[in-house]
Amino acid sequence: MSIPKETLLRAYRQMKTIREFEERAHAEIMNGQIPGFTHLYTGQEANAVGVCEHLTDADAIVSTHRGHGHCIAKGADVVGMMKELWGSAEGLCKGKGGSMHVADFDRGILGANGIVAGGPPISVGAALAAKIRGNTQVAVSFSGDGSVNQGTCFEAMNMAVVLQVPAIFVIENNYYSEHTNIRYAVGCDDLKARTEAFGFPVFVADGADFFAVYEAAGKAIAHARAGKGPAGVFAEQGRYHGHFVGDPQYYRGEGELEDLRENHDCLKNFRARMAQTGEVSDAELDAIDGEVMSLIERAVTEARAAPRPSADQVEQDVYINYGT
Amino acid sequence: MPVKTMRDAINEALHQAMAADDSVFVIGEDVAGCMGSSGKPGSVGGVFGVTSGLYDKFGPLRCVDTPISESAIVGAAAGAALMGMRPVAEIMFADFIGVCMDQIVNQMGKFRYMFGGKTTCPAVIRFASGGGFSAAGQHSQSMYQVMTAFPGLKVVIPANAYDAKGLMLQAIAEDDPVLFFEPKALYQTSCDVPDEMYTIPFGQAAIVREGDDCTVVAFGQMVNRAAAAIDALAEEGITCDLIDPRTSSPLDTATILESVAATGRLVVVDESPPRCGLTADIAALAADRAFHSLKGPIKQVCAPHSPTPFAPELEAAYLPSVEKIIAAIRATLS
Repeated sequence: MSIPKETLLRAYRQMKTIREFEERAHAEIMNGQIPGFTHLYTGQEANAVGVCEHLTDADAIVSTHRGHGHCIAKGADVVGMMKELWGSAEGLCKGKGGSMHVADFDRGILGANGIVAGGPPISVGAALAAKIRGNTQVAVSFSGDGSVNQGTCFEAMNMAVVLQVPAIFVIENNYYSEHTNIRYAVGCDDLKARTEAFGFPVFVADGADFFAVYEAAGKAIAHARAGKGPAGVFAEQGRYHGHFVGDPQYYRGEGELEDLRENHDCLKNFRARMAQTGEVSDAELDAIDGEVMSLIERAVTEARAAPRPSADQVEQDVYINYGT
Repeated sequence: MPVKTMRDAINEALHQAMAADDSVFVIGEDVAGCMGSSGKPGSVGGVFGVTSGLYDKFGPLRCVDTPISESAIVGAAAGAALMGMRPVAEIMFADFIGVCMDQIVNQMGKFRYMFGGKTTCPAVIRFASGGGFSAAGQHSQSMYQVMTAFPGLKVVIPANAYDAKGLMLQAIAEDDPVLFFEPKALYQTSCDVPDEMYTIPFGQAAIVREGDDCTVVAFGQMVNRAAAAIDALAEEGITCDLIDPRTSSPLDTATILESVAATGRLVVVDESPPRCGLTADIAALAADRAFHSLKGPIKQVCAPHSPTPFAPELEAAYLPSVEKIIAAIRATLS
């Protein structure tokens, strides 16, 4: 599969941006700068970027509690996101959503979501809107291995098949639903077969490999865009941090995290591939690294200085119009 | 003016809204009916008949029949609304809120706030609510009193066919998510309903009776019973204001408080159980903001703190009756 250089450069930039956004967020949380509960996407960057590189602003995504990566990959303003993590009045959601509820409707981001498997039904609705209107938009729901045992996920998958809507269910298996391994939580041995039994194709990829995810997602999205109904993508890749920042991670095996970072890193894999094919030089990637670091530094600097919301905002934005 | 049932009035509102705006569609289980069977698709039109004829007129893309998957139905409505459509979803019995609470409360009800006011979710979710059919514990609840508690949602309870049509057309025009509770005991009740489209604004109570001695506030199917009670007392020279708020969220507090200020007495009637319900809510409103006007105790007439029973005589004892409402009015006057 040939990928235009422009796409390669953008994909790397997006993955690197997610990585550095998350690592910086982690540091700032540990410093007590960011309030609330935060779930980091570090390690899984290729999933979001491999999918979103196939999407336009007109396409919709629905994200999860671990949503920073999806939002950045779909084009959300990084500075606005950092401000949102800080709870600033200038955050993407004016400090009312925070880490778990980042949204950017101009970019087709229908929101990160604090409820596991809360998103798949919503993506079916976004896909249904496309079908009713007769356009070629698609809707992607990202959800984790924890979501696949939720009834809402089953309902959404079945309804997407029944209604033949262009919904793509991207299941990111990072092996742990909170602190419980998928080997325990999923009762069958073959989750792909269980999912395909709903009546749509599922394409599997190594989630540490951008090219694998890009190829799998490309097939799934092309299937949906062509009016053939829903499709699925399974991407396997562990997260580098805990379920939430502060998670003691008692569930990790010895050397597990080290192995993930050392041998399952989408950025390293991307660079190795480019070194092999020569499509993009190290210097070009180094230059992107530098720009990303500057962007993240600027985001943090601006977030620290950004205005705080005023108390009169508490009751604003509940309704468009409530009368009394 | 033509006389129509509440069922036909809501059905007419749906037909007219869908004809006027391509972004309006209905979705739910059996809103068309007979899908995949040997029967003719569209021949059900909802188990209560409220979506009758929509499939024939607007086709399967805008009369979307679904599996029994309430969470997916609400989620699909919410997601489509985020994309700018105006879905009207049917969840059938209001009791089934229990299986799609997350999508209603945590999702559609909070989008606008959590996302910093940068989106709208113009979805309407319809429910058939309330008792009176020996439908027992899982098919009789009103539920609107529970949903009134959640910010971000608007809650509508029509008490007659005229209001039902105007409130439904307003609900579809709203950019906020709306929960529309149709008292199923009233589907067959009828009154004058204009053929043309019209809306009734939310948060504006109807004053159903006017009087001097007591304010009665009632919701849904209790409005008729309260009216019967008031009419009976009028023969003794006792006159009451009867206020039907029509929407519990937003609530027309001004009309209630003005009336209480004038009469000095308040009886609140609802068919839901008493705890944390609308009668307690409105009693608290008056106690807080009209205390010095009150000349007698506020009385609440509602169901007991029990599930809805099956046997007809038990359900009759469970639901507020005209007699109980009369007794409550007498109690606050004595």
